[in-house]
Amino acid sequence: MKALRATWTLFAKECRLEFRTRELLTATVVFSLIIIVFFSFAFDPTPAESRRYGPGLLWIAFFFAGSLMVNPSFAREQINDTLDALRMAPVPSFAVLSAKILANLLFLSIAEAILVPVFSVFYNVSLVGIVGRLILVLVLGTVGLVITGTVFSAISAHARMRELLLPVLLLPFLTPVLIAAVSTTISLFGDARELDRTWVTFLAGFDIVFLAASWILSDFLAEG
Amino acid sequence: MASAAAPPHTVQQGLGIRFDRVERRFGSLVALRSVSLEIIPGEFVALLGHNGAGKTTLLRIAAQLMRPSRGAVKFVEARPDASHADPSDKLKDEVPDVSVKALIGLVAHSLLLYDELSAAENLTLFAKLYALDNVPVRVSAALEACGLASRATSQVRTFSRGMRQRLAIARSLLHSPRLLLLDEPAAGLDAQGLAWFSATLERLRGNGCTVLMSTHARNESLDLATRAVVLAAGRVRHDTGPGNDPRPLLESLRTEA
Repeated sequence: MKALRATWTLFAKECRLEFRTRELLTATVVFSLIIIVFFSFAFDPTPAESRRYGPGLLWIAFFFAGSLMVNPSFAREQINDTLDALRMAPVPSFAVLSAKILANLLFLSIAEAILVPVFSVFYNVSLVGIVGRLILVLVLGTVGLVITGTVFSAISAHARMRELLLPVLLLPFLTPVLIAAVSTTISLFGDARELDRTWVTFLAGFDIVFLAASWILSDFLAEG
Repeated sequence: MASAAAPPHTVQQGLGIRFDRVERRFGSLVALRSVSLEIIPGEFVALLGHNGAGKTTLLRIAAQLMRPSRGAVKFVEARPDASHADPSDKLKDEVPDVSVKALIGLVAHSLLLYDELSAAENLTLFAKLYALDNVPVRVSAALEACGLASRATSQVRTFSRGMRQRLAIARSLLHSPRLLLLDEPAAGLDAQGLAWFSATLERLRGNGCTVLMSTHARNESLDLATRAVVLAAGRVRHDTGPGNDPRPLLESLRTEA
């Protein structure tokens, strides 16, 4: 109960900081929109090509948006050494980490809520009849992306070239998530418009494993 | 600024700390070399030494923000039946590490505050993390005490250095710590701020809070010290010990400085 209350307090703090500074959302949404819109004009894909190649593009945009978004999670705690203040507070380390994971999940979900309709319009991909299943895939993929990204943000926070280091560290770990998410989205956008249950199960399993790993490593990660 | 005679909360009993042959290395650099110290509950210890002597490292280890490379740190509290005649008799029962976090306050070189949050939001955040009751009342009292009540809703980034430092001190005292660790706490404070800070320290000392303060020999708050420890090159060079008057040592250090 104490841990949940601490997580909620810290999550509210993360949201307040972000909605006050708008550092993360603005940059990531604009960056991802540029990718989606520019590729649409550059390749001018047919509807069939969009359904086949669009999911890859969409998840690349989410990956880069996520990388940009999770990078400052721990780095901005260094400005006044506020992470030290959080470490001294009588709250579990996982509360600090999970609050950041939840906040990043919220911010990336907001970005996706803007990007997916834009993608649908520019690539002529109808979402009618698949919205619920697409949300499931987006949630599972985004949870995996955000958990892994936030953990690596904590690891790379003290590195000098962390902006470069984070995507480099992150990509090998996220490759299975990206493959699963892209494959599931392709099957959903395809003619059969079906959900590939194998990949969905894989995504859920990945999320559970990495959430458990982040819980086990939280004390080590909070030490910085 | 509110009078220091009106404390928002009181400390019931200080928390002592025992450094047992503590060593801390940063690669090949040895910041602390076999430091052994017993700080008695309720003591006001002035930690002195030149830059690089190891003061900040010792305080960070005491704050549990850093682990010693070798040696051990234990937190202790006074036995209820301890003899007041013999100060060293007070240092007895060990406090488990898991319960010690809520008992320590720290004023560090950095502010430990969020620039984009207001003064009240910063204090409210930490009051909630420390699971304090009556959070709005405590936050208002703390802001009133440090003279920032009129700027409660202003973001910290708009504050002057002295105002930030006062808020950092108020944050460290919010949960009525039993062990207060101060690393050059007077930095940036003007005459009014220094007077408030000295009065606050005097009240804390009267309430039995243990204070470990790293500072330079000319700090006015040193007059409150009941013990002085001088570090040099990571070792304890002088220690007046518990119950001895630290003023002769402090005077000689002032003369040296």
